[in-house]
Amino acid sequence: MNFNRMMAVARKEIIQIVRDSRSLAIVVLMPVTLMLLFGYGVNLDLKGLPVYVLDRDGSQQSQDLLKHFQASSYFHIVRAVNDYGSITHALDDGSAKLAIVIPWNFSQRLSEGGTVEVQALVDATDDNTANVLIGYTQAVVQGYSAEVQTRWLSRHGQQIQPSPVGVETRTWYNENLESSAFIIPGVLALVMSVIGAFLTSLTIAREWERGTMEQLISTPVSAMEIMLGKLTPYFALGMFDVVLCALIAMDWFHVPFRGSFITLLISSALFLVVVLSLGFFISVLAKTQFAASQIALLVTFLPAFLLSGFLFSIEQMPAALQWITRILPARYYVSVLKKIFLKGTSTAMLSADLIPLAVFALVLAVLATRAFHKRLT
Amino acid sequence: MFGRLKQMLIKEFIQVFRDKRTRFILVGPPIIQMLVFGYAATYEIRNVPTVVLDMDNSQESRELISLFTASPYFHVDRQLTNSKQLGDLIEKGDATVGLEIDAGFARKLRGGQTAPLQVIVDSTNSNTALIASGYITQIAIGYAQIYQKDRIGRIAPQLTETVPSVQLQARPWYNPGLKSRWFFVPGVIGSLTLVLVVTLTAFAVVREREIGTLEQMMVTPIRPAEFILGKTIPFFLIGLFDVSLIAVVGTVWFQVPFRGHVSVLLTGSILFILCMLGVGLLISTVSSTQQQAMVTAFFFIMPAVAFSGFGFPIATMPQWMQYLTYLVPLRYFLVVLRGTYLKGAGMDILWPEMAAMAGLAFSLLTISILRFHKALD
Repeated sequence: MNFNRMMAVARKEIIQIVRDSRSLAIVVLMPVTLMLLFGYGVNLDLKGLPVYVLDRDGSQQSQDLLKHFQASSYFHIVRAVNDYGSITHALDDGSAKLAIVIPWNFSQRLSEGGTVEVQALVDATDDNTANVLIGYTQAVVQGYSAEVQTRWLSRHGQQIQPSPVGVETRTWYNENLESSAFIIPGVLALVMSVIGAFLTSLTIAREWERGTMEQLISTPVSAMEIMLGKLTPYFALGMFDVVLCALIAMDWFHVPFRGSFITLLISSALFLVVVLSLGFFISVLAKTQFAASQIALLVTFLPAFLLSGFLFSIEQMPAALQWITRILPARYYVSVLKKIFLKGTSTAMLSADLIPLAVFALVLAVLATRAFHKRLT
Repeated sequence: MFGRLKQMLIKEFIQVFRDKRTRFILVGPPIIQMLVFGYAATYEIRNVPTVVLDMDNSQESRELISLFTASPYFHVDRQLTNSKQLGDLIEKGDATVGLEIDAGFARKLRGGQTAPLQVIVDSTNSNTALIASGYITQIAIGYAQIYQKDRIGRIAPQLTETVPSVQLQARPWYNPGLKSRWFFVPGVIGSLTLVLVVTLTAFAVVREREIGTLEQMMVTPIRPAEFILGKTIPFFLIGLFDVSLIAVVGTVWFQVPFRGHVSVLLTGSILFILCMLGVGLLISTVSSTQQQAMVTAFFFIMPAVAFSGFGFPIATMPQWMQYLTYLVPLRYFLVVLRGTYLKGAGMDILWPEMAAMAGLAFSLLTISILRFHKALD
């Protein structure tokens, strides 16, 4: 292992990266693009959803209930229709997400006393939107119901507290329930996966495909020097992106950063070693750039996106899948990221995530070295 | 002309199916991704880890807690004795929801005041926090209604039968079980087709250019039009094969209903694949190496999927982003997929989407063929 020879390989790699402007662009543009896409594009908090109403009663009371819907910022009543067919059509073609149907005997039932049912037809194609929407509708109707009851009881000489139980919710760590604060820390894991595995496996597969790897091997450079020399520049680029992403997250999207910056750098370095080794490993196994890129996507980007807790919480997955996530490094890295950014968890408490990450880094680095040696001989 | 085209097609098919890895990539990753998505991608919440601190320990408080214990959405696994424990458990991530009932809860209820239920939610995942808060409010309101009814029964038993109330009857259409899977499986068909057709087409052309066989092709009597057809027809067929494969696996394995007509879905798929062929060709005209093609494809794929409504509703995006979504073919294909699968929609409803895709396919193919001619000269 000669440091000068390793640096020579690294220098060659840097020249290649700089010469290929598009590769260099991906290093800067990709983190920015992913940050903007997920920061602005992912918003699961719903406002102003299109609502149709069918008021079969047309009375003072039914209009009163509809006013409660108008007052809420979650609903936007786009049209009042007279027949059921228009509602079906509006839900079918997506011009309404919710339709409220008030029965013809609404006011009559209310004055006679007893329970009257209001129907909410919800487009549940998107189950999450539907779920949140039903919750909001429920709240409006129950609020109205409580008002009606209190008024009716006071007319009958009974005073009653309209809301006996008050829910006082405090949301910790992400006080305003910002989707961006939930999403953005995890984007770092996506960026690392792309830089580490995707780009690396491509560049190395290219050397194999073009035959320049053999030329490199015929020089006095050892296998270890080739590997380290090739990976060092990508490691540096990855660390540059960590800082870039952290700055965008904090200064542009105002995601709180409550933990230690040093721990962020350490955990990112560990995860980078993991993905770089994986990328190297893949490039040794896959013969073509096309195969290398597809496999890299499958084993790094996909788990980082789907199985890391980045977007979908792991605890809601089937037990078998939850178990699989334990052998995915991205899971631990995303967990560290969210805790550092939002919770400000101390480094000591992060050891449950950092130790597995370190073990993965070590094991994968050894495996990649072995596989490379084997292919050479 | 047909003789030359036939020879070219034979060559292309041999090239695609010769390599064992490429053969695997056409079938393996799409199926794996479909399965992982189907199991992992869920916004539903079940058994959210919940801890309870009941400082009142009255019949009323225990009744309220029992409603949470009985709910499928919460898993109440621990009763605590002080609020420090509650904070610690949430900080460590062992609990997502903390319910706190202060001493005096029952006294306030009986005295006709509003009795507070304190809720602490870990909102690191803002979506889980939002939905969980909705369920908590519903349970609390449900309890309040029961309590109110009992109370009226005690103070004015003659009124209990006639007190008016409004109940909401929510009917989630198309997806009555509110299953995330029904939302994601049709979407995955679209996004996987996109990735596969774009990368395959872009790579196939660029590889010939990179290796130098493109020049060899050009000295043969083959005409540019035949070359383009020869390159696109195989990927059109492969794309169609993969759509059917993924659709069958998704439908059969995950039991997602298919309520529309196969012919409508097939029309939509053909138009969408044509769009993606156009994009793939376009990428190949601006890339001279496979790595550049892959990087460019990645820059297209990420926004195309994020802006399509695949996982995140378009309605909640900023206005400028919503305008951009109109340029994304996947946006329309997803409406067709979810429309045919869940809504059973036909051409009478889906024609605007079909027209939009046809328009995009025509423009994309025209631009890419014109650019392609130029690149060949």
